[in-house]
Parts: sequence; structure tokens; C-alpha cells
Amino acid sequence: MDDTALDALERTGVTIREAGPDDDAAGIRPGRVALPESTGEVAALMRVSAEHDLAVVPVGGGTKLHWGRPPERCDLLIDTCCLSEVVEHAAGDLVVRVQAGVTMEALARMLAAKGQELALDVPFDGATVGGTLATATAGPRRLRYGTARDLLIGITVVLADGTIARSGGKVVKNVAGYDLGKLFTGSYGTLGVITEATFRLHPLAANRRWVTFSLPGSPAGLRDLQTLAGALAAAQSEPSAIELDWPDVQGPLTVSALVEGTACADRAAAVQELIGRDCAVSGEAPGWWGRPVGEEVLLELRVPPAAAGRSLLAVREAAGDGGVAVRGALGSGVFGISSRTRLDAFVPAVRQGLDGRLVVLSAAGEPVADPWGETGAIVLMRSVKERFDPDRRMCPGRFVGGI
Amino acid sequence: MTTLQELADRLRREIGTAAVITDPVRLRTYECDGLTYHRATPGVVVLPETAEQVAAVVRACAEYGVPFVARGAGTGLSGGALPRTDGVLIVTSRMRRILEVDLPNRRAVVEPGVTNLAITEAVRDQGYYYAPDPSSQQVCSIGGNVAENSGGAHCLKYGFTVNHVEALEIVTPGGDIVTLDARDPGYDLLGAFVGSEGTLGVTTKITVRLTRAPETVTTLLAAFHGIEAGGVAVSEIIGAGILPAAIEMMDALAIEAAEAAVGCGYPEGAAAVLIVELDGPVAEVRHQFTEVTRICEQSGAFELRTADDPAERAAIWRGRKSAFAAVGRISPAYIVQDGVVPRTALPQVLAGIDRLSREHGIRVANVFHAGDGNLHPLVLFDDAEPGAGERAELVSGHILDLCIEHGGSITGEHGVGVDKSRYMTRMFSDDDLDTMQLVRCAFDPRGLSNPGKIFPTPRLCGEVPGVRKGVHPLVAAGEAEHF
Repeated sequence: MDDTALDALERTGVTIREAGPDDDAAGIRPGRVALPESTGEVAALMRVSAEHDLAVVPVGGGTKLHWGRPPERCDLLIDTCCLSEVVEHAAGDLVVRVQAGVTMEALARMLAAKGQELALDVPFDGATVGGTLATATAGPRRLRYGTARDLLIGITVVLADGTIARSGGKVVKNVAGYDLGKLFTGSYGTLGVITEATFRLHPLAANRRWVTFSLPGSPAGLRDLQTLAGALAAAQSEPSAIELDWPDVQGPLTVSALVEGTACADRAAAVQELIGRDCAVSGEAPGWWGRPVGEEVLLELRVPPAAAGRSLLAVREAAGDGGVAVRGALGSGVFGISSRTRLDAFVPAVRQGLDGRLVVLSAAGEPVADPWGETGAIVLMRSVKERFDPDRRMCPGRFVGGI
Repeated sequence: MTTLQELADRLRREIGTAAVITDPVRLRTYECDGLTYHRATPGVVVLPETAEQVAAVVRACAEYGVPFVARGAGTGLSGGALPRTDGVLIVTSRMRRILEVDLPNRRAVVEPGVTNLAITEAVRDQGYYYAPDPSSQQVCSIGGNVAENSGGAHCLKYGFTVNHVEALEIVTPGGDIVTLDARDPGYDLLGAFVGSEGTLGVTTKITVRLTRAPETVTTLLAAFHGIEAGGVAVSEIIGAGILPAAIEMMDALAIEAAEAAVGCGYPEGAAAVLIVELDGPVAEVRHQFTEVTRICEQSGAFELRTADDPAERAAIWRGRKSAFAAVGRISPAYIVQDGVVPRTALPQVLAGIDRLSREHGIRVANVFHAGDGNLHPLVLFDDAEPGAGERAELVSGHILDLCIEHGGSITGEHGVGVDKSRYMTRMFSDDDLDTMQLVRCAFDPRGLSNPGKIFPTPRLCGEVPGVRKGVHPLVAAGEAEHF
């Protein structure tokens, strides 16, 4: 970064520091790190970046900074850690408005004190609201509550040129204007910086029960798994989540279904009867529940729920004895995969004939030919990117199709 | 030959004579949607039967630079399907096949002209349904639901159209057939498209999520002597951690209208009725029912009725579902509003509406989705009385201002359309609207897809941002109408 750009950054009054190893974005060391404390400060940084052609990567807790392709360049890392205010919790309206740097744990603690929650299970410790939205990460209860995009009702973003834009609002029901929140959720920082978000909340469940059972990881076991998953997803005892844990695809697997509510003991009994085999019923989640299956290497498999069994069999076959583990939302058909095997053979093998998508989120530095894989509407996506970030300064190259 | 005549000839060659309407009398059939006081006779109407035909029409429009508007059943309440006199109206009523029902994956693939209720009817016997249920569900089309992101009484618990669509096939304003699939990596264009009111393209195929029917459904009707007491009950129910499938409220005037129209037989002397529907596992609903009953009684309900079977339930809902049409019995004309306020602001906003009503001598009947703060004030007036329409319009606008002041929205489920585009600047800044316009330009750089809807005075794509003053130069030069 040249001195005039650095001067201009300093003149914004925002704290600017030198970058260290912890700031690397997928192996790329940023020129500088900025620590803005308000949406206005983010806008000031973005205006300077536009003027001096600085490439920008936003970061929250940094738990997923290594995801996606390395940015083609990274002059400025905008660290949202100081955007850490819960702006408004309207408990009576079941709505909360927070700045992007608030961690999901801090938010959960604050809401739990009022008997409420954001029904979005976050697999990564230290993840922030902004990072969770930017990567659209979600956990087990996506089956019942949907994902971040379904719970987000308003958003504030700063665009590449420094424009501050809002959409949605603080009411759950609202169809005025385009929903920029959905567009920015899962956009990996390539359209702008998310600085504030408003969510709909849910009352904390009075009670919870996990019903857990095991199956062999064989072809026959996977067929049983498919049948049981279908029955559980259709169960009128309404599980909030149906999760799979398969720590080694050459070994046995575990399934756990969660029911939440006042009458969850009755409902857990109904789930147990439906499963019709030995189950453990507990008020405590299994240790693996909602945890990422891997951090260094992490892939995401998305398939129609009824194709889960045969897709998992394909994963098992492609894995060989390469230490492949799978964990995820059986009821929704979304799974995390970690692997010690070489991805350049494993990924194409799983994608072969797959009814769904396999994405490499993190490859521990191993180059992967096509981490995002195929997608349907890439021409429109490029067109959106071109309009929002014509100079390609927001996380350039990180996302699908080299966006 | 005019451009439209040339285009019509081209369209006849492309999709067949029987699918192209230019006869002025037949065109009049399509001059408005459910918002009947905005009318425009379309230049040409086409009735395509396939996505390829829609794409051919859109490509032809693009070639001739002619705007197009998509229309489903025409039940929209914001003029979103208001045609262009200088454009083509693409009516999807002949695209009404249910292409696939896939229960193991809890989804169905349908064409845009399929009615909302037809989806539920196709899977009801197997114990599934399609959750979003706008009041017009017997006739409204799923394609229109996608355009408007339609809600319904049960969206308090189950969400809106956008939460129940897994994939769309669309024809882009450039005429390409593209699939937007929630499972695909990349931007959530599916989420951005749903609710874009036909301004980003035309939907030709929809994959909807099917929901398992709940084990049980219980509906309560609670009658109150005042609307405030009903409001308290709503807050208490939500505060108790109960999320009913629906909480609806009607005030005295709305009850009077429903009584006159359908003889719904609500408790005599009720100044407000609350309808609370609970659904889910039997054990859960039983517990919630006890709680809700207690709360209603403590809040001053003087009569409670319960329905456990479909017939009783229909009797309770009859008054509510007929309310819009019913006000026709007590007023020659009316305007329906669709504002939203945070639930806790309901008492103040209702008091504000009452004040406006008295100040302007305009009666307002209130019917609303109380659980999510979505108001449907019915502003009543006599269109034969000089000036009454204007006063009603004024009251209507003031009601939306009240909603915005309380942190709400100008529309909860009806959409902006032509009806509320002028209020968008009260809710959003120029920067907000310009940013939304970037999405528009990415999909539709020439602004041919349903122009003039949602946005008051959008910039041309490619125009440099700046302060906008006065009339757009193209409009002033007579080269464009609606920028």
C-alpha cells in the first residue's frame, strides 16, 4: 500500500494497525487492518478504498477467513470486532438489532437472560453475526427454523464505494422493496460489508430431548438410515433437528433427533417408538451435536433429503480408508465432510453422478481445481457482482466462478 | 404499422395465433388486477403454455424494446400486475400443471398458473400441505405468490412464500431460461427474486416445499368488550413463549360487516374478536390451549369458543376470511391497507387510526394479523360523495405514516406495486433505493420487466449517482414515461 493511501486511511480516524499472521485471509497477508467502530467509519474506510483502489476483505471472528479461494489481493482487512453493540432488543416483539461484530455466543447469552433465542445454531466458537451471515452458516435446527436468511429481517451494509444501504426493517412481515439481506447472506464479503442485522427471535424452548441411536455404516445400514430419516422428517412429533454423526465412514454412524417444547417427553417417546430400535433419550445433546466435523479441511454436501443415503454411500466409496468423517443435517440433506485423503481425487469422485452439490469450503492450503463446483445462475451472479463492485475490490476471486 | 402491431405479428408466428390477443374488447378483461382503481388496457396479451414460449415472448419484447408485465390470476392488491398500454401482458393462466409431487423430498414442482390451494389439494390425502395461505388461496396463482412473496394468516409460525420455495425456473428480462436453486453455491438470487414483484423476470416453474400436516389443530375464538383487551391478550400469549399458527383480530366495524355478509354468528356485543389457532403435536397443543384460554380469560374475554374439527374451524374463520369482501355490505367503496407495526406498538397505532378516522370523518374497519403486527385497515367511503375518495386516500396515507413512525413497514404481504411506490421514499433513503436498483440493473439493465412498479423514480442503469431533482430528462423529452 502506498503512503498516500495509508495517509488517507489514517485520516479517517479509524484505528489502523499492521497485519500479523492471524490476519491472513486464506494465506494472503493484508496490507493493513482497520478496526471501525460504526457503520459510518466502515463507510469512510470504503470511500478511501474506492479512491485508492484498495482491495478489501471484511472479517468478524476470523473463524472462516480461510474459506473459499484466496483473495486475488487484500490491501485492507476490515475487522468488525469493535462493532459489538446490541443496538435494540425488543423482547415483546421478538426482534433484536445488532452490530455485525457481536459474537453469536454473546448474543445468545443476552437473549437467554430474557427467555429468547436466535434459533440459528452456530458451529464455530467466536463466530460473529456478520461472519455467520456472510457465510450463511447454520446448524442442526435448520430443519425447523430455516437458516440465517430465513431469520434475518433487516440489514445494513456498506457497499464498495462507501454507500450505506439498508433493507427490510424491524418487523417480521415486510415485503417493501428488494430483500438485500438475502442477497448478502452467503455472499462471502464479495458485495460489501455487513455492519448491522435485525433478526426475528423465538422463545427459548421450555425443554429439550435428544433421541439417539446407532446404525452400521454399511450399504444396508445406509438404506435403513434413509428410511428412518424419512420417517423422522415426516413425524408429527415434529423434531427440530435430525442429525447424523459418522466419525469414520468405514465405521458405524449415530443419528440423533431433537424435540423441543413443553411436552417434549411425550414427543421423545413418540420418536423412540417410530425408530423402533434401541435409543438413548437424554436432556443433554450428544458431544458432537452442532460441532463442525472439521476445521482445516471442510466440505459441504447438499442433496435432496431422500438422496442422502445413496449420496453418503458414494462418499464412503470415494473415501477409501482416507479418514473421511461426515456430520450434518440428515433431515435437510446438508452435511459437513472432513477428509485426510487427497481432495483432488475425492472431490470429483463424489461429484460424479451426484444429485446435489459438493463445495470445498476449506482445503488446508491444498489447491483444489474447482472448490465451489457447478452452479446454476452464474451469469446473473456475475452481473450482480459487476453492479455492486465494478472494480472488483471486495474479496476478489474468493467466491463461486471467480467472483 | 406500429411497433406493437409488428410485435404482435411476430408473437403470433412464435407462439401461435390463439395465444396472442389484440382485440380491444378482450384486452379490456386484463386491464386491472385486484386493485381495481388502477386500470390500463394492455397493448398485447399473450397466453403462453411453456417456458420456451415465455422466453420467446420476452426475447421479442427485448428486441423491440417493449415493456412486459407478467400476470397470474390477477388477484394482487397493489397493482403489481397492472398492464402497460405500450407493452405486453404475459398471462400464465394456461401454465397450470402440477409437474411432480415428490413426498420423500417433501416438495412439488409446479407451473406458475397453478393455484395456491391446488397444491395443498394434490397432497392433502397424503398428509401434507403447502403452508403459505393468502386469503385468496382458492384462486391466486403460485407464480403471483412468488412475485409478491405472499403471506397469509399462518405465516406467523410458518413464514412466507420465500421460506417455502426451493427452486425457480425463470425467464430473465434478456429472454434466457435460468434456474435459481437454493442448493446451488453462490448468491441467494432465489431469495432476492421472490418478492421482486415481476421486476426481475418471469417465473416459469416453481419447486415448493411441502409441509407435514400437524397432528392436531385447535382454533379458539375469544370475544372482548374492547380492542385494547384483545391486544393485551395477544402480547401475553407471545410473552408466554407460545407461537400459535395464527392470531387474527377484528374490530367492531369489521365484525358488523362480516355479520351482515355471511352471518358468521360471532358473540353478540363483541367490540373485538381474537382468533387463535394452535397446531402441532397433540401433547404440545393441549398445553398451549390451556395457557391461551387462561390468558384470554384474564385479559377480559367474555366468551370463548373452541373448534377441534374442520367444520367448526371453518365456522370460526368464515367471518375473518370474508371480511374484505364483507365491508362492501356496509360501505359503497373502500381502500385496503397493508401496513405493519411492531406488535407492541399495536395499541398506540390502533388509537392513532381511530383518531384519524374521527378527524376526517372516514370510517375505518380493522382486520389484522395481530401476531405479526400486520394491519389491514379497511378505509370506508362513499365514492358518490364528492371529496370522500380523496379524504379516504389521505387517511390511508396517514395510516402508513403511522406505521413507518412506529418502525414498521408500508406493506406486509400485498406488495408495493403501483399503489405504494410513492411511499417507498418515506421508508427508505435514496441510497437504499439506489442499492436495490443495482439488483434491478443486474437482472434487467433496460428496465423492461414490469417497469413503474415498486420504485418511485429509479435511475437508469449506468446513470451516475447524484442528487435527483425534478423530472427525468428522458421523461421531459417525451422519450420515456416512467423513469
